[in-house]
Amino acid sequence: MAGKAIKGKTLKLGDNISTDLITPGRYAHLRSDLPELAKHVLEDADPEFAARVQPGDILVAGRNFGLGSSREHAPVVIKMSGIRAILVKSVARIFFRNAINQGMPVLICDTDKIAAGDEVEINPDEGIIINTTTGVVLSCGKIPPLMSAILDEGGLIPYIQKHRDFVL
Amino acid sequence: MSNKGQTLAEKILNFKSPGVSAGDSAIVDIDLAFVQDTTGPLTMRQFNSSGFQYVANPEKTIIFLDHAAPSPNRQLSNDHLFLRQFAREKGIALSEVGNGVCHQLVAENFACPGDVIVGADSHTVTAGALGAFATGMGSSDIAVAMALGKTWLRVPESFLISLKGVFSRGVYAKDLILHLIGLIGADGATYKALEFDGEALADITISQRLTIANMAVEAGAKVGLFPSDELTRQFLAAQGRADCFQPLAPDADATYERTIVVDLSQLTPTVSLPHAVDNTCAVHEAKGTKVQQAFLGTCTNGRLDDLEIAAGILEGKKTHPSTRLLVAPASRRVLKEAISKGYIPALLEAGATILPPGCAACLGLHQGILGDGEACISTANRNFRGRMGNPEGLVYLASPATVATSAIYGEITDPREVL
Repeated sequence: MAGKAIKGKTLKLGDNISTDLITPGRYAHLRSDLPELAKHVLEDADPEFAARVQPGDILVAGRNFGLGSSREHAPVVIKMSGIRAILVKSVARIFFRNAINQGMPVLICDTDKIAAGDEVEINPDEGIIINTTTGVVLSCGKIPPLMSAILDEGGLIPYIQKHRDFVL
Repeated sequence: MSNKGQTLAEKILNFKSPGVSAGDSAIVDIDLAFVQDTTGPLTMRQFNSSGFQYVANPEKTIIFLDHAAPSPNRQLSNDHLFLRQFAREKGIALSEVGNGVCHQLVAENFACPGDVIVGADSHTVTAGALGAFATGMGSSDIAVAMALGKTWLRVPESFLISLKGVFSRGVYAKDLILHLIGLIGADGATYKALEFDGEALADITISQRLTIANMAVEAGAKVGLFPSDELTRQFLAAQGRADCFQPLAPDADATYERTIVVDLSQLTPTVSLPHAVDNTCAVHEAKGTKVQQAFLGTCTNGRLDDLEIAAGILEGKKTHPSTRLLVAPASRRVLKEAISKGYIPALLEAGATILPPGCAACLGLHQGILGDGEACISTANRNFRGRMGNPEGLVYLASPATVATSAIYGEITDPREVL
């Protein structure tokens, strides 16, 4: 990803944050009204999340983030909440693809080294994350080339508008 | 072309992109792309933004109305209107309310061995039971798949799940897949293909394979694949689709990242406790847990043999006064056959409420939302917090036999007590 560093304050969640926790099925009727749907982002995981999140914040979580449904509304509402990037120990496959397709970087690192409220600086090209609050430097896996190219364009739809095809 | 032995996943993807092996990225033509009514509207809006005007292969593109079927509110009704209009404009097929769950209809009518199938629903993996490389994606990916007629995939490494022995009394395919997910964990197979094989395969019906493949995603897997064999041929022939059969099997010298041997005869009835699918234990360990709702249906276990098992247990009995039993056949065909074979009358007589073919209570938007503190034992595939429409509800996952037995006793009960 030919991006510059992403800096922000972190909000932290635990392991196994499912898509049902991010955007529950009971709000399926709001999926064609995304601003209304986004008001309920993550409310079953943290009822205060929508009130606490600030534009530019970094979401930090544990294992298997985004497990479950293919609903792309999950990364959509996280993005609409103002989150700039997601740092996790591991991520479910479909959520990962959906987040990249929405232009939302998801990076894998040891998130035990990041506490809620820490400031972090993410350098995706170098594969490092600096916890500027503690000074700890973490390595993170690099995003595969095609997904990186999709991120560079801001998501899959802008990518396909420009390239009209996948370019491996 | 590589000379090394191929897994089933590699073999299918080589049909589309010759020479690829695990770890490679490939661009592949797709044989079927579909959406359902809760992912479809975003997919079609993404398609309309893509700059493409036409669907590349309208005859290989389907919209299913199954998740909100029939719609419980104005907003979802308007989503249905939007999808019907999109289908008309683009000349693509739409499966109406009441026809059944997308994955069941794909298995009955569309999936062929060797196909690559993508759907905007995570349980698209179900069609792996027929030897199709079928995987779930989000709306943007399906929108682009519709526009281009192809998608990109990373060829997965495979786990071999080698099955031997026979199920003992009261133990079914659902118990096997719940056991396996408990064993490897909800992220134990993330990005991998789960490939099922072994000497037991010849006794595992297509309906059972559909149950198993359906839940591969609950271990994080990209696909859950079965070889295409004589049972596959018979199933396709019974659907009037014998022409799409081809035998498929992995090479004997294929490379697997991990091999897990499961002896079916050692399995016991298994249940997933709230709020994680891998939070499994033996049903008898959960004995006595009160359930206010029992739900039989879904793409996991809403087929004819599932209803037969439940009807066999409930025939001549009554559901517990404190437990409501909801039954949603997976398709119109299943419902018709279950009526003619007497399963639906037996279930009705026992006290069941019959819901229309579709996803019904599974994902918490209608037809059986739990009250605060209520517990449901369900044949579905997910029990995440909030899944059945209420974060204060509790969902337990089990086989149709365990669900039917628990409906009689009003508490989680091992089906071997009645079988």
